[in-house]
Amino acid sequence: MSSTDVAQQHRAFVEARGLFRSFGRTPALRGADVAVDNGEILAVMGPSGSGKSTFLHCLAGIFKPDQGEVWFDGRRIDDLSEGARTQLRRRAFGFVFQFGQLVPELTSADNVALPLLLNRESRKKAYRQAGSWLERLGLGGLEGRRSGELSGGQAQRVALARALVVSPKVIFADEPTGSLDSLTGEQVMNLLVDSARAEGTTVVLVTHDARIAAFADREVVVRDGVVSDYSRAGTGR
Amino acid sequence: MSVPNTLLGLLEREPSHGYDLKREYDSYFGRGRPLPFGQVYSTLARLARDKLVAPGEAEPGEGPDRKRYTITAAGRQELETWLANPIEPEPHLQSVLFAKVVLALILGRPAGRYIDAQRAAHLRRMRELRERRRRGGPLDALLADYAMFHLEADLRWIELTEARLATLKEALTR
Repeated sequence: MSSTDVAQQHRAFVEARGLFRSFGRTPALRGADVAVDNGEILAVMGPSGSGKSTFLHCLAGIFKPDQGEVWFDGRRIDDLSEGARTQLRRRAFGFVFQFGQLVPELTSADNVALPLLLNRESRKKAYRQAGSWLERLGLGGLEGRRSGELSGGQAQRVALARALVVSPKVIFADEPTGSLDSLTGEQVMNLLVDSARAEGTTVVLVTHDARIAAFADREVVVRDGVVSDYSRAGTGR
Repeated sequence: MSVPNTLLGLLEREPSHGYDLKREYDSYFGRGRPLPFGQVYSTLARLARDKLVAPGEAEPGEGPDRKRYTITAAGRQELETWLANPIEPEPHLQSVLFAKVVLALILGRPAGRYIDAQRAAHLRRMRELRERRRRGGPLDALLADYAMFHLEADLRWIELTEARLATLKEALTR
């Protein structure tokens, strides 16, 4: 079978097949599967300790699964070298975590420009694009502030701008509103979803919060390291 | 929704005809469920019988009833009492979902699968409400938020029940 034939078998944009991953003797994933379409927003739900964050990290090429395959855009990525996966993450993926994980010594503009600078874009272009995204997410005028000088919602919007600035194909978000109050969390989610829709970006969103999951097109539930996909079963998709 | 008290509230702003009351009711509270004319007039008749509103003289014009209704002092008191008293919290202790989970566990059926299906249905409804909230005005948002918080409460119960399934099964099949 040619590599093209193999790729065609994996028509989903992001796909996991039979993922297993343990930490020491503790299994986190025990045969987890998922298929995410291009441009789709998928919520990954599940109780604490169910393996949903590990699942996201495997899909994003941060963790290597012990067993199973991860495919992205017709290409197997779990068997790539660490260097190749790093390149892929920098160029094709954006990340938003519960606590924005901004570099505290840097300003908002520096933080947002950073992924472009790491991708060897010119400083001029990197800062122009950073400014444009900060403006778009309602942060115009805060370019010079450091993360300690921002509210939780503002910091998370800077993190969102940093994820979007590389025009990623996929955004992986792990409890992106977990540290925010309900109203601010909704504002951040509205920006994330509106931006993703406008750019055609696929989003994989880990959350335990049903109100946040309802921003997604559908949801799957991770339980004991296995994925249940009742949203598709329920709609006949 | 208490239609009589809501109509009393609208009449406290200014005296009105049945037709105008219906239009006002629908614009604030109808939200896809307009009040039938028959219910407006029967409600006004009951309110008049109970001396909570006073009908004016019949006015010439089209339609079955051209009386202008005015709220009475007793009507204002009734309205104040209704507004000031909290409604009874409804804990829904005997919900259908509760019965389904207990039955599934007693019968050795896959309660977890039923819970998953229910969660998916709840989230679908939540998405519909979110869309309605996004497209509508502030009143739609207020109403959608109310429904969404109730769905969220159900979902929290669903998550907790799921986490307790093994313990519940043990207790029910002992």
